[in-house]
Amino acid sequence: MVSPAHFIALSVILFVIGAVGVLVRRNAIVVFMCVELMLNAANLAFVTFARMHGALDGQVIAFFVMVVAAAEVVVGLAILTAIFRARRSASVDDASLMKY
Amino acid sequence: MTGSAHAALVPHAAAIASLHATGIQDAAGLLLAFPLAGAVILLLGGKRTNSWGHLVGVAMPVLAFAYAVAAFVQMLGYPAAQRARDLVLYQFINVGRFQVPMGLRLDQLSICFVLLITGVGSLIHIFAVGYMSHDPERRRFFGYMNLFLAAMLLLVLANNYLGLYAGWEGVGLASYLLIGFWQYKPAAATAAKKAFVANRVGDVGLSLGIMLMFAQFGNVTFTGVFGAVHSASHGVVLAIGLLLLLGACGKSAQVPLQSWLLDAMEGPTPVSALIHAATMVTAGVYLIVRSAPIFDLSPGARIAVAVVGAVTLLWGAIIGCAKDDIKKALAGSTMSQIGYMMLAAGLGPAGYVFAIAHLLAHGFFKAGLFLGAGSVKHEMNDEVDMRRFGGLASAMPITFVAFTLGYLAIIGVPPFSGFFTKDPIIDAAFAKGGTSGALLGTAALLGAGITAFYMTRVMLMTFSGERRWDEKVHPHEAPPVMTAPMIVLAIGSVAAGGFLILANRLMNFLGPVTGVPPVVRGIWTPAGGAALALVVVGAVIAWALYGRREVPVTAPAGNLVTVAARKDLYGDAINEGLLMRPGQWLTRLSVYFDNRGVDGLVNTVAAAFGGSSGRMRKVQTGFVRSYALSMLVGAVLLVGTFLLVRL
Repeated sequence: MVSPAHFIALSVILFVIGAVGVLVRRNAIVVFMCVELMLNAANLAFVTFARMHGALDGQVIAFFVMVVAAAEVVVGLAILTAIFRARRSASVDDASLMKY
Repeated sequence: MTGSAHAALVPHAAAIASLHATGIQDAAGLLLAFPLAGAVILLLGGKRTNSWGHLVGVAMPVLAFAYAVAAFVQMLGYPAAQRARDLVLYQFINVGRFQVPMGLRLDQLSICFVLLITGVGSLIHIFAVGYMSHDPERRRFFGYMNLFLAAMLLLVLANNYLGLYAGWEGVGLASYLLIGFWQYKPAAATAAKKAFVANRVGDVGLSLGIMLMFAQFGNVTFTGVFGAVHSASHGVVLAIGLLLLLGACGKSAQVPLQSWLLDAMEGPTPVSALIHAATMVTAGVYLIVRSAPIFDLSPGARIAVAVVGAVTLLWGAIIGCAKDDIKKALAGSTMSQIGYMMLAAGLGPAGYVFAIAHLLAHGFFKAGLFLGAGSVKHEMNDEVDMRRFGGLASAMPITFVAFTLGYLAIIGVPPFSGFFTKDPIIDAAFAKGGTSGALLGTAALLGAGITAFYMTRVMLMTFSGERRWDEKVHPHEAPPVMTAPMIVLAIGSVAAGGFLILANRLMNFLGPVTGVPPVVRGIWTPAGGAALALVVVGAVIAWALYGRREVPVTAPAGNLVTVAARKDLYGDAINEGLLMRPGQWLTRLSVYFDNRGVDGLVNTVAAAFGGSSGRMRKVQTGFVRSYALSMLVGAVLLVGTFLLVRL
């Protein structure tokens, strides 16, 4: 039997993989995908708890998260494309002009 | 203004409701307008007027003098009680209750000054045409001189203290400009500044006095103030008197504000003659005599005036004894003679007339002496050290004779001017009675002897003895444009004193304004005789020291008094030690407190914020991954905290 604890564990694993990916990878596309991974880990946790409590709130929020993620991808990829065109690089460490 | 009620109380014409000027006198504004127009033309006209500027500069004072004579003649036609005439030019200040009409007063006192200023002024202007003939800036010189005359005439003609003050400041400005006329000489520039600063101290006193008058009487016109001064308390009258005295000390170079006059000799010699001998420096005496109704009510203020005069007459005389610079010796003498006038003015009605008589006579003989000194200086290639003169009598006979007449006048040999005007002052000082009278009289008597000493010294060192000149100089007599004014002034030196004093002419003339001495004494008084004896003693000592023996070209070391006198009796050192240094310390302390205290606090706070924010902004690295890490750490900490609190 697969208990909610398993789903939560998977969610945590996915989230950690995503977070570590965001922190250690330089390629902006990979960072993006890792962010998506973290969002989906959160979605999984929402859905699991919704199912566990027999309420629909979590499932609805999961849809919202997906919508936000989609919007974020649109804007983010557009920015990425612009940066790549200007700098011929997709490394997030290269885009570090906005500092002290 | 003041009705007959006051006139009955006050024996001065100043408080009598004065009449309006009519006829020629109605145009008394011309007296100011002539020299002012000259100044405007010469100073605004610029280089265009260079070729004929000096003619305008001379014409204006002469025109003013001609007008003054006409006004004087008209005044003589009036009965004595009606000679004070007022004339309103325009409303000077018109603010609520503070009403000051800019008016002129032609009365016996002011006409004396006007005649002296325009008369002697005209002569000195004529002299200056020759004296300044080689100066490329002669036109500017005449512009300033005319400006001075306009201010000086306003000073003596104004019928209120505010107008007097305007003139007072005007002459101060002109004096500053003219002392520093050769401003490329550092000594001249410094002397001008010094004169300005020292005068400023006195001017503060005068302005405070005028403010006090306004606060007390709501009025600054002579008529208003003199009419109301009787109702003022003793303290107020004393305060006004002392403040006016402070102003007089500054302008007339009296102790303790005397130090500027000797340095003022850096100016061209006609300036020294006109401003720093004959007219401007006597403004203090005018102020005291004009304010007679105030001083009459305050014996304390009067004695202060007399003491200042007595101290200064000795102070200046002692300085005059040691100076080798002919102009500075004469400047010491000017201080001393004005000391006599102040002493006389401090004696009250017993002395006012003699103060003015001595002032007028002094205007002649001292201007003459200065012009003589200028003539000598001119011919000796601007040499002023008397140790380099000697034997000039044969080279410059006219200057010598004119100078000698001035010399006889100043030391008070009968029948020259000084005898008639100085001896009554000495006599009046003794006649004051009491210890103070004896002390003041003794000081004045001693001063007469010292005067004879230093003037004889000047005469002998300059005109007699061996020729100690450089080989390069070839002195000969000055041109007529310079000798003519000297001759006229020499005649004045001979005759002015006798004319004024004999038959009590000046006393009868000035009496309605200044009051008359309670006892009218004859020409020959015991004090006068003693003074004459001392004069002979002083002159003989001077002859023994400088006439009989050869004068060394380099000054000998001298005794303690000589050394002190050469240094102006440490007047500068006293000012420096007592005022300048503490002032500097105060400013330095203020600057230190400002920098370290006020600015220090503000700057420290600002630096603390600036420094910490500078360090804190280093957190903003620009690396998006480090931001992500900090967000993650923050989120983990937040969640962890919630969990801990929950547990």
